Amino acid sequence: MRFERRLLVRERGAGVLEKLWQIPWIFVLLLCALAAVGYVALYSAGGGSPDPYAGRHAIRFGFGLVVMLSIALVDIRLVARLSWLGYAVGVGLLVLVALHGNVGKGAQRWIDLGPLQIQPSELMKILLVLALASWFHRASWERIGNPLFLIPPLVAVLIPAALIFKQPNLGNALITLMVAGAVFFAAGVRLWKFALVLGGVALAAPIAYEQLHDYQRARITTFLDPESDPLGAGYNIIQSKIALGSGGLWGKGFLQGTQGHLNFLPEKQTDFIYTMIAEEFGLVGALAVLALLAGVILFAFLVALRSGHQFGRLVAVGLGTNYFLYVFVNVAMVTGAIPVGGVPLPLISHGGSAMLTAMVGFGLLLSVHVHRDAELGAPRDPG
Amino acid sequence: MSRRQREEQRVRGIFTRRALVLGAGQLGLLGFLAHRLHTLQIDQGERYATLAEENRVSARLLAPPRGRVLDREGRVVAGNQLNWRVLLVAEQTADVGATLETFSKLVSLTEQERARIERDVRRRRRFVPVIVREFLSWEEMARIELNAPDLPGILIDVGTTRIYPEGEHLAHVVGYVAPPAERDMDGDPLLELPGIRVGRAGVERHHDLALRGRAGAVRLEVNAVGRVIRELDRREGVQGQDVQISIDAELQKSLRGRIEEGTSVVLMDARNGEVLAMATQPSFDPNIFNSGVSAQQWRQWTANRATPLINKPTNGLYAPGSTFKMVMMLAALEARVVTPGERIFCPGYMDLGDARFHCWHRPGHGHVDLRQSLKVSCDVYYYEVAKRLGMDRIAAMSRRLGLGVPLEIELPGTRAGLVPSREWRQAQGRPWALGDTVVHGIGQGFYQLTPLSLATMTARLATGRAVQPHLTRAIGGRPVRGTRPEDWPSLGIPEPHLRLVREAMWAVVNEQGGTARLSRLPAELGGIQMAGKTGTTQVRRISREQRERGFRVDQLPREWRPHALFVAYAPHENPVFAVSVVVEHGTSGSAAAAPLARDVLAEAFQRLRPLHVPPARVAEAAPPARELRR
Repeated sequence: MRFERRLLVRERGAGVLEKLWQIPWIFVLLLCALAAVGYVALYSAGGGSPDPYAGRHAIRFGFGLVVMLSIALVDIRLVARLSWLGYAVGVGLLVLVALHGNVGKGAQRWIDLGPLQIQPSELMKILLVLALASWFHRASWERIGNPLFLIPPLVAVLIPAALIFKQPNLGNALITLMVAGAVFFAAGVRLWKFALVLGGVALAAPIAYEQLHDYQRARITTFLDPESDPLGAGYNIIQSKIALGSGGLWGKGFLQGTQGHLNFLPEKQTDFIYTMIAEEFGLVGALAVLALLAGVILFAFLVALRSGHQFGRLVAVGLGTNYFLYVFVNVAMVTGAIPVGGVPLPLISHGGSAMLTAMVGFGLLLSVHVHRDAELGAPRDPG
Repeated sequence: MSRRQREEQRVRGIFTRRALVLGAGQLGLLGFLAHRLHTLQIDQGERYATLAEENRVSARLLAPPRGRVLDREGRVVAGNQLNWRVLLVAEQTADVGATLETFSKLVSLTEQERARIERDVRRRRRFVPVIVREFLSWEEMARIELNAPDLPGILIDVGTTRIYPEGEHLAHVVGYVAPPAERDMDGDPLLELPGIRVGRAGVERHHDLALRGRAGAVRLEVNAVGRVIRELDRREGVQGQDVQISIDAELQKSLRGRIEEGTSVVLMDARNGEVLAMATQPSFDPNIFNSGVSAQQWRQWTANRATPLINKPTNGLYAPGSTFKMVMMLAALEARVVTPGERIFCPGYMDLGDARFHCWHRPGHGHVDLRQSLKVSCDVYYYEVAKRLGMDRIAAMSRRLGLGVPLEIELPGTRAGLVPSREWRQAQGRPWALGDTVVHGIGQGFYQLTPLSLATMTARLATGRAVQPHLTRAIGGRPVRGTRPEDWPSLGIPEPHLRLVREAMWAVVNEQGGTARLSRLPAELGGIQMAGKTGTTQVRRISREQRERGFRVDQLPREWRPHALFVAYAPHENPVFAVSVVVEHGTSGSAAAAPLARDVLAEAFQRLRPLHVPPARVAEAAPPARELRR
């Protein structure tokens, strides 16, 4: 029975119902749990009201869920075939943003599509993962070892990374590079090449620092010594740490977070939502949420290991790493472990673009899982 | 297995290993985050909880109203005046400029004021009130209230300022308040409040702690921009206690109207040392200190040779002259160097070695006994007594009577004065000569005594008790110790000695030939008699040459004329009042000081009739407040 169904999927493509059956609903449940956490936290951030954050969050998640499940049903072979087209569209959007994007917080990052605002740099990471995965799909060990084979994907990475850096959005540019790095690494690129690149980065870092915008430099210096400017750039980090630390083991209680409710905590509904949770629900709540987030990442890796084709494996690892980087950067940022970078916590933070991009990513992840045993020829090497 | 499949297996194997490495790495990083959370929330949790609390809670002090100072009749001599202020809250008006424009049509604002207000508005957060104008009159208030709808952002608020209704009449006694200086900071958080005042002089300073009260506090929850969200808790302060002083403000005012520049009058309740009036001229208006003294005003005060800032009754220093002779009598009787009946011959002078000491009465008094010596104020008698006593015994008796020793009066800065001793003179590198003793026997020489100490001496002579001059009757409604005569210990001077002195003082005023015969109390008082003693103290030495030319003191320029003194108590039979009068350059005690003392006592008897009966029994009704007078 099971065998037959798999054959069905492999040979002819399966019906919608069959595919839905394949979706691991425990994962969907996990996402719902995270969205619920987000709802609770945003309810608190809204001063104990679904307005203005929590209600919209729920609606967006519902919409995102539909998007995710729809994408899950899309045949992975179609995805693989369209991956470079998607990449081109993504770069196009980045260019568009650079030319016409809304200026938010001094950076051109958003594209306004009427009711929906899209941050192309978020979408780009997913599209880049797809493009890279299809590049490395079915590449032999020898081929991957050939430096010339690595030049096109490197260029494919550097173009969007440079565009994002120019927005300017240093954090996202770095995350883009790291996501791509994870795909390169998992694909089997030789380790000495990574060593070479890291060494080069270490040498180039001082030069790059010169290129940074003042606010980006301020973030780095503030990170190194937050108390140097307690009312200026260091204020966010200090207040976030106070909020977190004062939460203690069990937290101050739902709606009782003084730092959040008295507005000491900046941007509590977006970047600092995790702080809000940690203040009101303590270490216990913070770790529980962290465990849920880790579950999402773990699922991505399980999908990767389970996938029958290299494209799916690389997509899953890339998307998992992408989500991991959101989580890590955000939590490390609010705990003062790395410089503040304006990275949201998808599914929990308020913000439509981040939510939608995350759900698109999860949809692709599910698609990989649903089509884990599909026969997938290499686009350039149809076999 | 095809080559392609082998190849795929190989790549998959590498992928699996590397995916596991990636996964493990990510898991490790998440573990690091968990550790970081643990560090912040558990290890450093308390520290951050404190910081969060400090963020959240803003403690503010509540200033209690300062206690009032009341006179003995309950009249307010230092009170709090409501200070109506207009405040502007920028966030409550759309246009600060327009509001101020409308406001200035009702109450004119100068350019500087407007500039100051606009600067304050810019500097403060928009919900913090800015003072537009203080000390508004009722009419101005009414105009503003009436137009309130056109004045968005304008608030009317009331604070308090210190006011001294008697102005300069009680300035030296009540003192004044001023903003605290660095040295006033005694750890009381109240002193850090803006607008707070501390007592700087007089009773305001002496009783500052009681008058000040204790600060209340309110803990407020504030948000990140400092706006108050709610009140967490409130601890009411302790209101400053009212202090009742023994001065009668009306009498004080009236006495000041009687006297000239440089004159001091101290009127005491002889039985318990309460100071009923302490008047001098000139004085100053203590209300000026409230809003700050201008440099010009200060120069004017300090340049004035009549020293308006100095309270002459407690800080003016004078030789006692013949008013000292009672001290001599008591010392002589105690030392048994004379008997009351012993007669000493006065030829008008006494020779001692080369020096000749004159009696004020050049022809001499002939044979005088103790009583007669005081009545006619025979100097030669006291030269002789001084010679017999020696300075040590004279000084000892004067200290017992309150001369040259610190007194307990609640006026900071009061001078103790000086009764010279041999040691004191020797410390100056000069030997004490017998001639010095003789001169000091008639109250001349190096004495530096305050009018207050002379009044104290008189009260002690009248009662035989070591009364201390004081001003405090009650603090916070509770009487202090010292209102009853029994509160004061006996001087230990035998009553017969005191009676001899009092009889002689009575004779000074009431007998034919007494030096103050013309200053008997008026008959309207129903035959109350006073007993007193005149004194005249030279300001400059009179040379033999001058004497031989037949010099007259009233021909001297005013500032060279002798000071006129008079001390007295009344009624003679049952003393109630003691008074001392010092008229600077008044020329003659009997002509200038005694009549003034008579008028003071006459007025005291009319105004302070209740004092004829023993002081109210309140002292027994309530336990005395703990020693707060010091």
